[in-house]
Amino acid sequence: MARPINLRIWRGNKNGGDFHTVTVDANEGEVVLDVIHRVQATQLPDLAVRWNCKAGKCGSCSMEINGKPRLACMTRMNTFAEGETITVTPLRAFPVIRDLVTDVSFNYKKAMEIPSYAPPANLKPGEARMEQIDVERSQEFRKCIECFLCQDTCHVIRDHEENKKSFAGPRFFIRIAELDMHPLDTLRNRKRTAQESHGLGMCNITKCCTEVCPEHIRITDNAIIPMKERVVDVKYDPVRWLGSKIRKREDIS
Amino acid sequence: MSMERYSYDVVVVGAGGAGLRAAVEAREAGFKVAIICKSLFGKAHTVMAEGGIAAAMGNVNSSDNWQVHFRDTMRGGKFLNNWRMAELHAKESPERVWELEMWGALFDRTQEGKISQRNFGGHEYPRLAHVGDRTGLELIRTMQQRIVALQQQDGKNHGDMESHIRVFAEVTITDVLVENGKAAGVYGYRRESGSELLFEAGAVILATGGIGKSFKVTSNSWEGTGDGHALALRAGSKLIDMEFVQFHPTGMVWPPSVRGILVTESVRGDGGVLTNSEGRRFMFDYIPEVFKDKYADTEEEADRWYKDQANNRRPPELLPRDEVARAINSEVKAGRGSPHGGVFLDVSKRLPAEEIKRRLPSMWHQFKELADVDITEQPMEVGPTCHYVMGGVQVDPDTAAAVGLQGLFAAGEVAGGMHGSNRLGGNSLSDLLVFGRRAGMGAVAYLQSNPSKPSLSDATVKKAQERLNAPFTHTGGENPYTIHQELQQTTNDLVGIIRTKKELEESLEKLAKFRQRIKNVSVTGGREFNPGFHLALDLENMFLVSEAMARSALIREESRGGHTREDFPKMDSKWRQVNNVTSVDGEAVKCEQVKAKLLPDELSTLFENNELSKYFTEEELAGMKGGSK
Repeated sequence: MARPINLRIWRGNKNGGDFHTVTVDANEGEVVLDVIHRVQATQLPDLAVRWNCKAGKCGSCSMEINGKPRLACMTRMNTFAEGETITVTPLRAFPVIRDLVTDVSFNYKKAMEIPSYAPPANLKPGEARMEQIDVERSQEFRKCIECFLCQDTCHVIRDHEENKKSFAGPRFFIRIAELDMHPLDTLRNRKRTAQESHGLGMCNITKCCTEVCPEHIRITDNAIIPMKERVVDVKYDPVRWLGSKIRKREDIS
Repeated sequence: MSMERYSYDVVVVGAGGAGLRAAVEAREAGFKVAIICKSLFGKAHTVMAEGGIAAAMGNVNSSDNWQVHFRDTMRGGKFLNNWRMAELHAKESPERVWELEMWGALFDRTQEGKISQRNFGGHEYPRLAHVGDRTGLELIRTMQQRIVALQQQDGKNHGDMESHIRVFAEVTITDVLVENGKAAGVYGYRRESGSELLFEAGAVILATGGIGKSFKVTSNSWEGTGDGHALALRAGSKLIDMEFVQFHPTGMVWPPSVRGILVTESVRGDGGVLTNSEGRRFMFDYIPEVFKDKYADTEEEADRWYKDQANNRRPPELLPRDEVARAINSEVKAGRGSPHGGVFLDVSKRLPAEEIKRRLPSMWHQFKELADVDITEQPMEVGPTCHYVMGGVQVDPDTAAAVGLQGLFAAGEVAGGMHGSNRLGGNSLSDLLVFGRRAGMGAVAYLQSNPSKPSLSDATVKKAQERLNAPFTHTGGENPYTIHQELQQTTNDLVGIIRTKKELEESLEKLAKFRQRIKNVSVTGGREFNPGFHLALDLENMFLVSEAMARSALIREESRGGHTREDFPKMDSKWRQVNNVTSVDGEAVKCEQVKAKLLPDELSTLFENNELSKYFTEEELAGMKGGSK
């Protein structure tokens, strides 16, 4: 059942690196991560790869497989042609630590910048009442496993290190959208903050993030576009613009 | 090698549900907390929990209350549970769920807009708060976001977001440091660089999770190497009842690369049935005597139960996990298994496709992507997988203080006692929150009465450094991956789901040989993100845990919950009086028997006498109020 395959692995660290091609057996039903583990156990014991659950639930084993951002644990070997060489490289948008492992701390810093959930001041534990239909919109975004593939593929930061400072990325646009759509959240102006502080305006809706999302979250259609539309409505609608000046209202939710 | 040195009030080792909840509690009391994650923040094994959090909120059936939850938990654990822990857990879990909601968790709702609750094995009423089948993700993300919210407050108040909570990601702890008989800090390394870290701390909370990676077929990720169990043992604390290991009845069995990955119990809670190769719903043949009055004996009654729970008994597919796992094991052994050595779990004929996708989205996804099986049309193939260890650090129930070492606390899976001989599904996430909080409170109270910071001696630090660096000093030793695979095979074959005296003795002989091999293991490559080095250090923990399991299992001559002896197939009330307590003396692993405590009157009277008589000896019953009525 086992068939030999060629795996071209990028190996190196922040000082540089190179491809290393190995031939390794792949068995029926295996995924790319299985094969990488076999290389580790039999040929390259110090090959660095980050992984955890191996079931597509934790989002740790993100890497680029034949140039596409993917979870190694969810990429079946039988999706490749017989004899095809499979190339695995670290996520391009983040600094390499070693081999297939990158420094994703950018994402954790951005997470700390997003204003947290703000429940109503008088709400007591156990007293929240919400309709299923109302929580479902935010629940879609809470499916996010933080694999950061959307961050990796987003061209705003993929090849533009300089944009990282002002751009939170798709993962955090859905976080903002999730809170914005939360039936009980009381913080106002989340959309405006997304626009003004987190770089929502830099997104030009190419939907690359949606395409790579292993959870199939409709990042662009359900989070980014609705937020952008609302921001535009208020900013460029002359009546609402005037209203906001007169009544000092600035909320656009 | 360079060493970073830090000083905190509390160090929490582990960043799953229990560790994060403990950290929140200590920070809310004003203490400075370091959270140590073995992997990235938010990736802990809690994320894998699917079905839900058990809490008697009574949102779906108002007859539910803490007493019923307590009873179910004790029954599930076959009365070996530390009753005080089971009591605290049943009483406090609703508050912990509501607290999560206040912190932003979005649970599925009932018609009235309350938190929805689902049925699960061993729970009398629908009790599990859930978010589809990804409840663990919701819990970990909510806790992660709560930590961030507190850091944002600290940023405002102190000008530094990390002034009171700092998360150290991808750091492995290799020793709990002890000075003058008290826990005084921890020592470890950064996975990324291999550089070493020293944390001085007045209190250390272990929240490191489980031990599954000691077994070959497991639902646990690479992190579950029994680190906290081993850290506690080596620091002078004790483990209780390590023979009790839960084999979840439904892990994936095919393809081989996903063998062991969990298939949530919600599949059965939502109507899925187990059948053998003859198409028979075999669970009706495996209802044990103690549960006969609570489970349906016909398919008709079992099916009616999903609609009318007041007038029908539960389907036997929802027996506690140990019963279902043993039944599947027996069916496969009898030659009635599925093509890949499991049995069939079928929900496709029970619910409409859309409903399956709505209720079990990640199961649908998992089977579709990994096994080419569409669970809305085809049955799944499932079989037992090592899932959870009931045994763990012996703790004080109220404060989570570890027995045997002041200043050390333990919560979550690494702590023992709460679940007795078998854990009910859904009782783990609630356990994490209830006892995570209590460990935080325990550490706070301890620090308040022991305000002087411990000082670490150079000798203590040097010892930890030497241990950490040992794998690099050997040459010509074995590859850690080979030893790991052999160790897993040994525990799987000899300390697995069905055990015998002969095999357990053989396992101990084999384990003794592993000790020397592990000592000589050598590592190739450098210190920078080197998985071979990481595994070399984890191996020792898995070895210690395996020995603790095998010794305890050999001693307990009965079958109860997650411990099945083919040579002693019956449960024996005399063994209910016994807790196995493991400690380490030098290199020797010792296991002593201590008397388990009896239920106090206010709890024993929650049960009928005829139920208690199934578990307790006549002598014990005479001394219990509940037993004598």
